[in-house]
Amino acid sequence: MSWMKLGAASALALMVAGGAWAKTDIVVAMQLEPPHLDPTSAAAGAIDSVLYSNVFEGLTRFASDGSIVPGLAKSWDISEDGLSYTFHLAEGVTFHDGTTMDAEDVKFSLDRARAEDSANAQKALFGAISEVEVVDPATVKVTLSEPNGNFLFNMAWGDAVIVAPESIENIKQAPVGTGAFKFSNWVQGDNITLEKNPDYWGTPAQLENVTFKFISDPTAAFAAVMAEDVDVFAGFPAPENLPQFEADPRFQVIVGNTEGETILSTNNKMPPLDNEKVREAIAHAIDRQAIIDGAMFGLGTPIGTHFAPHNPDYLNLTGNSAYDPEKAKALLAEAGFPDGFKTTLKLPPPSYARRGGEIIAAQLRAVGIETEISNLEWAQWLEQVFRGKDYGLTIVSHTEPFDIGIYARPDYYFQYDNPEFQALMEELNRTTDPAKRTEMLHKAQTIISEDYVNGYLFQLATATVAKAGVRGLWKDAPTQATDLTAVYWEE
Amino acid sequence: MLRYALKRLVSLALSLIVASVVIFSMVEVVPGDPAAYMLGINATEDTLAALRDQLGLNGTLIERYLSWVGGMLRGDFGTSYTYRTPVAEMIGERLWISLPLALYALTLSTLIAFPAGIWAASRRGKLADVSVMGITQLGVAIPNFWFAMLMVLVFAINLRWFSAGGFAGWEKGVFPAMKSLTLPAIALALPQASILARVMRSSLLDTLGEDFIRTARAKGLSKRQALWRHALRNALIPVLTIIGLQFSFLMAGAIIIENVFFLPGLGRLVFQSISARDLIVVESVVMLLVFAVVVVNFAVDLAYAVVDPRLRVRT
Repeated sequence: MSWMKLGAASALALMVAGGAWAKTDIVVAMQLEPPHLDPTSAAAGAIDSVLYSNVFEGLTRFASDGSIVPGLAKSWDISEDGLSYTFHLAEGVTFHDGTTMDAEDVKFSLDRARAEDSANAQKALFGAISEVEVVDPATVKVTLSEPNGNFLFNMAWGDAVIVAPESIENIKQAPVGTGAFKFSNWVQGDNITLEKNPDYWGTPAQLENVTFKFISDPTAAFAAVMAEDVDVFAGFPAPENLPQFEADPRFQVIVGNTEGETILSTNNKMPPLDNEKVREAIAHAIDRQAIIDGAMFGLGTPIGTHFAPHNPDYLNLTGNSAYDPEKAKALLAEAGFPDGFKTTLKLPPPSYARRGGEIIAAQLRAVGIETEISNLEWAQWLEQVFRGKDYGLTIVSHTEPFDIGIYARPDYYFQYDNPEFQALMEELNRTTDPAKRTEMLHKAQTIISEDYVNGYLFQLATATVAKAGVRGLWKDAPTQATDLTAVYWEE
Repeated sequence: MLRYALKRLVSLALSLIVASVVIFSMVEVVPGDPAAYMLGINATEDTLAALRDQLGLNGTLIERYLSWVGGMLRGDFGTSYTYRTPVAEMIGERLWISLPLALYALTLSTLIAFPAGIWAASRRGKLADVSVMGITQLGVAIPNFWFAMLMVLVFAINLRWFSAGGFAGWEKGVFPAMKSLTLPAIALALPQASILARVMRSSLLDTLGEDFIRTARAKGLSKRQALWRHALRNALIPVLTIIGLQFSFLMAGAIIIENVFFLPGLGRLVFQSISARDLIVVESVVMLLVFAVVVVNFAVDLAYAVVDPRLRVRT
């Protein structure tokens, strides 16, 4: 065995000698593995968690604070009527296979996403586009059928990244983008590796090699961080372990906000939940802080409407749903259910739903509402609850950014049908003036809060555990991403 | 011998056909639409239809069963819905972890169980016997995932001798690869070794009480010689049965251990595929595992005939 010791000793010597240079490799763990590597044809957030901004870029992009900043389009002009957007593309951009990124690629990407046979999971983002024209290789003109105040925001989504016709065929296994990292290898079930793109058009990455590792089991996740097998765990799955990491000088814990409004979704067409008084009673029966403390170990911000608290246009309406069991009972009696009623509570797998569900069931029982809990897998949840609308209550975190528009869709699974709100959303879409938009967003938040469409619970937090020397990680998660383009090791 | 083997072969083929029907029908009735799972909650109806069409989910049950079985006979296991790679390729990659892991665990288990069982039997009632029985009792009782977590705590987190999980990859060399399989293999082997040692012991004790052992002793063989020359071979039949069962269990049943050590093995593939409704992968992997179990049982049947010549004549 002496050769082994020798090997270990020389490795150690190399490490000591190498100490003068900053470390440029990183191992980032996350729970879920992407099913494939095409962000433009699946809903799986894990795809964006690995590739967004690292490998693929869109015309615009999300900055870490959630604002929209230029991406592959360095600037744009919007016509007076808000119907046409002329994008001026960044110069000297090449895909990882060496081909040039130009206006043709933008046209290809947008047309592919909105095509008849498109498999884009967020096809609605492109719904307003009526035509994409190539003006010259560095200029693209996008014409909309109606003004859309969200258009630049929509173009920042991972589902709207720019891909090339030359590499589209193998994108699911070998993604070719324009980002600061290029895809290197994928050992399915275990890891994905990226390497620095030396020809990057923008500010180059500081890391040379990135390994994404997939560890789904919370206990295994804890062990992997403690054993220092991984440098960063993005979206650490066991909040109960966080205090232990915080107390350990080897690690840092970064807690931030996500776009996930976690709500007690309510079937607005199912009696007795179709009665607004009943929904109001439920809202007052819920103790949000108890759920955050009990199910999330204190991580999360209470909400009173469907809007992210870190958004500048957020309105704090938690007062509308203040915890008041007596009032809840009174409202139930007023609605004609003095002895309460029985309904179903269907829970998808995440712990916010399973743990939160038990607590909510107990809180509802206290005011006389009995719930029959059933635990579902995601595929079952999608079929029964989301598509079949066969449920009374369910708990789910709506992780899409800026998704208040779902309340304007009467066929959406909570089946809220309010023409006033629908008209407001249409008007908002047509409005580009920021002050007017703020006013309208405040109004929209107030309407759904006062209609008690759903039980608004809390904004889902995200926790990242990292080695103490890692810098440049995102704190908040304005979109599902693990942007490593600015990450480096501090000595 | 040939007739015996042929008979076993026919029952092997029948088992496989029945298994394929059962697996297919069970997996297909599981609720949940793979396309809806992949596209999530904002997908439009026409996108879903387009994807279902791409995945070939539109045929009748019988058409899909026949094309699945027909494909497998040609060695084509279909294409994964979610990963969009050939299932055969995926299984191939995962086998490079699951198969060595199962063999590693089986070797460890046999290496521990044989000496322990023989030792205990040869010193019946003495301290050696009592301690082997006591320890194996504990080994059977301890859940292997709990033991696995304990080992991670001691050897990965505290001592830092091993990494907490993951697979180093064969391209990094045999030693690092085997090293990353060591803790999982021990966790898998411990309960198996305990069971096997107990079976070995009781089977040997039964054999040692047989008339032919008394005859051997009467001829002047020492107790030890009688055990090694005559009893051991005769005691092997139940032991072989258990080893055969254990191998199948290790191939298919390592799901939990693979999750604890986040090893990308077959068990974890099945686990992920079930929740993603990647039905074609579930069907093919389960079918492959059934195939492995049936073939191992066939091999065990043949091994019986080798150790016990009476079987060759009787059947």
